[in-house]
Amino acid sequence: MSLLKGKTALITGSTRGIGEAIATLFAAEGAGLILLARNSDQLEQQKRKLEEVYPVSVTVYTADVSDPEQVKAVFATITGAKMDIDIVVNNAGQMIDASLLTLKPEVMRQNVEVNLYGTFHVTQAAVKSLIRRRGGSVINLSSIVGTNGSAGQSAYAAAKSGVIGFTRSLSKELAPLNIRVNAIAPGFIETELVAGLPAPAREKTLASIGMKRAGKPEDVARVALFLASELSGYVTGQVIGVDGGMML
Amino acid sequence: MSNTEKLIHAFSEALAVPQETIQDDLAYQAIPEWDSITHMILISQLEDTFGVAIDTDDVIDLSSVGKAKEILTKYNIVF
Repeated sequence: MSLLKGKTALITGSTRGIGEAIATLFAAEGAGLILLARNSDQLEQQKRKLEEVYPVSVTVYTADVSDPEQVKAVFATITGAKMDIDIVVNNAGQMIDASLLTLKPEVMRQNVEVNLYGTFHVTQAAVKSLIRRRGGSVINLSSIVGTNGSAGQSAYAAAKSGVIGFTRSLSKELAPLNIRVNAIAPGFIETELVAGLPAPAREKTLASIGMKRAGKPEDVARVALFLASELSGYVTGQVIGVDGGMML
Repeated sequence: MSNTEKLIHAFSEALAVPQETIQDDLAYQAIPEWDSITHMILISQLEDTFGVAIDTDDVIDLSSVGKAKEILTKYNIVF
């Protein structure tokens, strides 16, 4: 199948974990890619790898999505080059844990700036292309922590809950323009984000998952594919959990 | 096509109104066709037409056809 043939997808935080899995699956389904991440070497390597395997064009930009000036500069280039975007995946994120009394304002700010402001900066800039095309799909990565909360993660939870409010409101604002906006709330997914988890905490987490296993980035990527494609053509304003039945 | 003609064309396309309607004093929400939804279409159309990325402050200020010309001049578009 080529569910995304003829489409162009912009993916942030594309070089690792869930973002990498989404970029790979979208390329396999025929989408041209515009990839944003902070590490230019990793981006170039990812571009080479994808273009070797799949007959799609991959354009890469180095940017920190939490910095509005960097995002603006990227989109000035995209607009100047008249590149069209059909799908936006706001995947770039950061998780910094701290219990309330140890939560420094700068940590709170960093969680919100990367996860929520980053999503806002990119969406605001990218959506103009979708408006021009009178359609498209925006997919925001939230988290089960954003839907359910988690002890020691109030900052991350606040940011990821914010992503859900942002998603639901935008879905209403942009529906008249045939632009769908949805969120994915992954549970415990095997990525670098959770790689450092101590063994006892990991076991406890796995015990809380109905399916008794961690998810894979590809599990999330397949849901992103559904939301990006016409398979979900009448779905907007939804938050889809990808968590194997996890209880928090 | 001159830049003025391009501007009129962009407005006319975005708001789905005849080109004759596009006068400098035509203001946002002065006609039913220029509402919050078509305003988003208009901004996208202007960016596409002139190959510029319009800043948020300028999007907020873009309240009439005349103001659009003034703002686009800042992006080196000459009318």
